[in-house]
Formats: sequence, structure tokens, C-alpha cells
Amino acid sequence: MITWLAWATGLLSLAVGVAALVATVRGRRIDDVQLLGSAVLELALLVQGAVGVALLVRTERPVDGVLFASYLLTSVLVVPLGAFWAVGERSRWGTGVLAVAALTTGALVLRLEQIWRTGG
Amino acid sequence: MAEPRPEATRHGAGRVLIAVYAVFALAASARAGYQLATHFSAAPLAYLLSALAAVVYVVATAALATATPASRRVAWAAVGVELVGVLAVGALSVLDAEDLPDETVWSGFGAGYGYVPLVLPLLGLAWLHRTRPRR
Repeated sequence: MITWLAWATGLLSLAVGVAALVATVRGRRIDDVQLLGSAVLELALLVQGAVGVALLVRTERPVDGVLFASYLLTSVLVVPLGAFWAVGERSRWGTGVLAVAALTTGALVLRLEQIWRTGG
Repeated sequence: MAEPRPEATRHGAGRVLIAVYAVFALAASARAGYQLATHFSAAPLAYLLSALAAVVYVVATAALATATPASRRVAWAAVGVELVGVLAVGALSVLDAEDLPDETVWSGFGAGYGYVPLVLPLLGLAWLHRTRPRR
């Protein structure tokens, strides 16, 4: 993994997640800013996914390919699925779902970086 | 407050609860699938427990999200099994680590996942109780 890219997506996940968490506590419904934040996060995850696949194909280090690829795939699916589930709820809890999705993504990025570094 | 209907299960705070259940359904399924596919013979008991956990989370997620009277009964059962499972596997992993040489989602009472697997079934039962239909 490109370390700075993993850091960027990880911190972005954390930022979007914490912002959504604060908005949930304050009783805010999903707004455009939160959806935009989630979209930017998804874009970063897609870039990281593409870079991750390219690195995995070329690397000569012993990295568990199945494990790494499954985490990559999951990392790009969580935010869209979460957003889909979130927009069906017109209360603060929709925002809460966005928080769960973004924070989950942060954990996935952490694991991805760890798998890449240690091999599995 | 109006009387909760079955659909109440999938709204409000239940929305977030179901999202967390979905995350664990995914995490446990991926983990079990990977373990069973790559090195099942290394620790059959642990991997079968992993698979059981995965099934329980998938069923609980689907049943909570469906939110009909019938699916709520399925959810009660699934979340109940989940609570027993995390307590039993957690205790087993602490008392007799040799029988569980490899981790499951429920090992150490879910310590590897921030103890969320221990708290989740309690929240699930509380939510099912709170959204129960009243006559």
C-alpha cells in the first residue's frame, strides 16, 4: 500500500465518521454536506482500491492475495450500501448509519495497511 | 407515543442497530469463509464456531430488517443464540484456549472487535423488547 494514501483515506473515514456521529448526537438529519463527504470518501476508497489491485498484481512480496483483495472489495462497498440504508431513514438515525459506515471503513483501511505490511 | 408496529423494528435507532449487525454479518462471514476455504483442518472447532457466528449474524440482520411479526420471532431466536454464543465461546476461549487455537469473532468475548459482539446482543434484545407490539 502507498502509505500516504492509506493514511489519507483512513483519516478521511475518521473525519466523515466523527462528523456524522456529532450530527447524530445533535439530532441532525442527513444533509447535503454529509452526503458530499461520504461521496468524497468513496472516491478516495475507489482510488485506493484501484491502486491496491495494481500493487497486489505486481508485488513480489508474500502478501495473502485472497485476504487483501477481499478487504479491498469490502472497503469500496460499505459506504454505498450504508448510504442506501441511511437515506431511507428521515431522522437523526439515518445520520447514525452514515457514521457506522464511515467508521467501519476506517477500520478496514487500518486492516488493509496491516495486511500489506505484514503479509497476512 | 403511538403503539409500536412490527415495522418500528427497522426504523429509528433500529436503523443503526441493523447497520452494525450488517457489518458483523459481513465481517463474520468473510472471516469464516476465508478460514474454511484456506485452512479448515488446522482448527475445525474454531472454524465451525466462526461459521455459526456468521450464520447467526446474517439471520439476525435479515430478520431485524424485514420487521414483520414472523421475522421478529426469528430475530428473538437469532439474537438469543448470539448472546449464548458470545458468552459460551468467550468463556471457552478464556478457560480452555487449547481447544480454540485460532480466533473467532466471539473469542475473548469479542475483544478483537472492541467487545462490540458482547454488547450487540444486549442492545438487540432491548430493541426487540422496546418495539414489541402491544395490545
